[in-house]
Amino acid sequence: MPFSNTHNLMKMNFSAEQEYPDLSQHNNHMAKVLTPEMYANLRDKQTPSGFTLDDVIQTGVDNPGHPFIMTVGCVAGDEETYDVFKELLDPVIEDRHGGYKPTDKHKTDLNPENLQGGDDLDPNYVLSSRVRTGRSIRGFCLPPHCSRGERRGIENLSIDALSSLDGDLKGKYYALRNMTDDEQQQLIDDHFLFDKPVSPLLLASGMGRDWPDARGIWHNDSKTFLVWVNEEDHLRVISMQKGGNMREVFTRFCEGLTKIESLFKDKGHEFMWNEHLGYVLTCPSNLGTGLRGGVHVKLPNVSKHEKFGEILKRLRLQKRGTGGVDTAAVGGVFDISNADRLGFSEVELVQMVVDGVKLLVDMEKRLENGESIDDLMPDQK
Amino acid sequence: MASAFTKIMTVRNTAVLLASLGAGTVATGYMLSDNAALSATDRTKLYPPSSDFPDLRKHNNCMASALTPALYAKLRDKVTPSNWTLDQCIQTGVDNPGHPFIKTVGMVAGDEESYEVFAEVFNPIIKDRHNGYDPITMKHPTDLDASKLTSGMFDENYVLSSRVRTGRSIRGLSLPPACTRAERREVERVVVTALSGLKGDLAGHYYGLGDMTEAEQQRLIDDHFLFDKPVSPLLTCAGMARDWPDARGIWHNNEKTFLIWINEEDHTRVISMEKGGNMKRVFERFCRGLKQVESLIQERGWEFMWNEHLGYILTCPSNLGTGLRAGVHVKLPKLSQDARFNKILENLRLQKRGTGGVDTAAVGDTFDISNLDRLGKSEVELVQVVVDGVNYLIDCEKRLEKGQDIKVPSPISQFKK
Repeated sequence: MPFSNTHNLMKMNFSAEQEYPDLSQHNNHMAKVLTPEMYANLRDKQTPSGFTLDDVIQTGVDNPGHPFIMTVGCVAGDEETYDVFKELLDPVIEDRHGGYKPTDKHKTDLNPENLQGGDDLDPNYVLSSRVRTGRSIRGFCLPPHCSRGERRGIENLSIDALSSLDGDLKGKYYALRNMTDDEQQQLIDDHFLFDKPVSPLLLASGMGRDWPDARGIWHNDSKTFLVWVNEEDHLRVISMQKGGNMREVFTRFCEGLTKIESLFKDKGHEFMWNEHLGYVLTCPSNLGTGLRGGVHVKLPNVSKHEKFGEILKRLRLQKRGTGGVDTAAVGGVFDISNADRLGFSEVELVQMVVDGVKLLVDMEKRLENGESIDDLMPDQK
Repeated sequence: MASAFTKIMTVRNTAVLLASLGAGTVATGYMLSDNAALSATDRTKLYPPSSDFPDLRKHNNCMASALTPALYAKLRDKVTPSNWTLDQCIQTGVDNPGHPFIKTVGMVAGDEESYEVFAEVFNPIIKDRHNGYDPITMKHPTDLDASKLTSGMFDENYVLSSRVRTGRSIRGLSLPPACTRAERREVERVVVTALSGLKGDLAGHYYGLGDMTEAEQQRLIDDHFLFDKPVSPLLTCAGMARDWPDARGIWHNNEKTFLIWINEEDHTRVISMEKGGNMKRVFERFCRGLKQVESLIQERGWEFMWNEHLGYILTCPSNLGTGLRAGVHVKLPKLSQDARFNKILENLRLQKRGTGGVDTAAVGDTFDISNLDRLGKSEVELVQVVVDGVNYLIDCEKRLEKGQDIKVPSPISQFKK
């Protein structure tokens, strides 16, 4: 059970072989990497705050696989997890993030001036644009492991910092615990409200504990900048708007993030970050930029093309349904976003989205007119 | 509270705080590094119990009624000998506020010692749930002598099936919320080895959940034997579903009248059942089977968790004592429509459920009727309560069929003081 190392000592009464999980039916990154020998080496270790190997892997043991995606199967309980359990997490990271090595360095670039174009995606096709990332506050344990006291501390700090935002970013915080029915309905209508996770991938790691204590949503008055507090990460930061002006979305994203970071620093806190892993988040899949930049785009013809999967792969893009990660597309409208998180900067990833979506829309128009798209086939990025 | 609290959160001030708490030069020296991580013990100092006390204002379960901030402060940093904590016991109750009409327990044990180390919270919960039973002053009677049961044969025009279940925990191994994979596998090994020693009408076979064939699985579903991964958040939040289906399985005798679940909500759940109304035979097999399993594990140096105040120790406080639920599926079309039905059940210390079990509603006129109580009365006494009570209900049904009136019986007594 997460949030206490105390019980880990019990396991040492049994041999590593007796404790090693049965991963024979499993297909996730953790199961591919965790050999009995590795388990034996790591099982008596714990991070300073008491997160253990079994805490890291519990979600992957409990969830053998997923129909649409290769899941990661491990989580971090604190910043040090990535260090203490690097023997497990480095190969998981390498496998998940396209060969990213333990010696590689990750570049952070939140300067929107470096983005080329991105303000002219055709709104007849691109219905909405969105960029999200996560941030963790150094010194606190992450959602799988944090105590109620820590989680409340994170909430208080976040409320404090966000309440100092002004101008276009001025907004309000809605704690999940004492939202009125009207507020709740408004947030649902705006597609802002997050609910208690139901995915067993998240619940098995312990992130759902004590719900809805210290969870909440902050958004600016113009409803284009949104922060989730204490859901899957300490903070999830989202910039979004209707239409295809990804440039504007990304600019607001960068400005907002930079402001929030400096507000936290004023109070003596920083975000978890290092030059190897970039921004440190709960799930190894979100390391680096933690950035998913994407659009909802109408691609009824392209999506039926036999090379659709190949095109996306070459563009380093990923498709999802418009309900998010665990859904299928409805009515030819897809959620198209960057597939990568680590090893590319924020600007580079949003550039890939902008360029890639532009191409996909061009392809869609061609196919609408009954023309071929063979000459538009991209090279592998 | 918020602003004073926020000041405490600043990591750079941690050294100052720890120094003021008297943590000593070693700890403060360690903490003076800006990016140093907090150790688990430092965390407990930095976050006083008041910062961790759960928000129970919207909660309606036994744990929320019993847990005060003072009790939490006293017990938060205590651990059982196997290092299980109060927070781990109460997590399920924090995560599941309850229901306005149904008062859930909201707390589980991780091991036998939980009931001792956290007695100040468990005891009021036990009192609340078990009609005022006081674990400190009262003793629980255990009696598995089936010969004492009288009138245990029901009218089979009404009673479709009879069943008795209980649970048993293996002393020395942690309970399902807390057990490691190795412990769980050890429970499986100990129990399956013992069961393989059963003979005669009790001889049977074990089916591990992880490696049963499709055909076996279908057959077990058709026999109504198969249990599946818990979906109830009451159970999953307590951590009982971890590592599913590792070391979980079902054992049953060849005649399909004696069945054991391994590592579901408890180490073992033991079930005796058959079609028809012969509760006497069901109970006799139940007692005989339990005693044989007990002596088979004792031969190998194991025993069941039991003590004279709490009886048999199980994961959920609601199942302490006998852990026994004896019940029937019975047709009561007229009585169930009578306005006095619930009062009659209440006075007879019986409970109704749907035929799908605890969270279901009745289908048609067939009800699952069983004993309400678990602790403070022996197994023989409780099954007798069910026998006498169900006979009474059938009598009422027959009277109503003939157009005669029925009476609400006076309430039967709770415990022998």
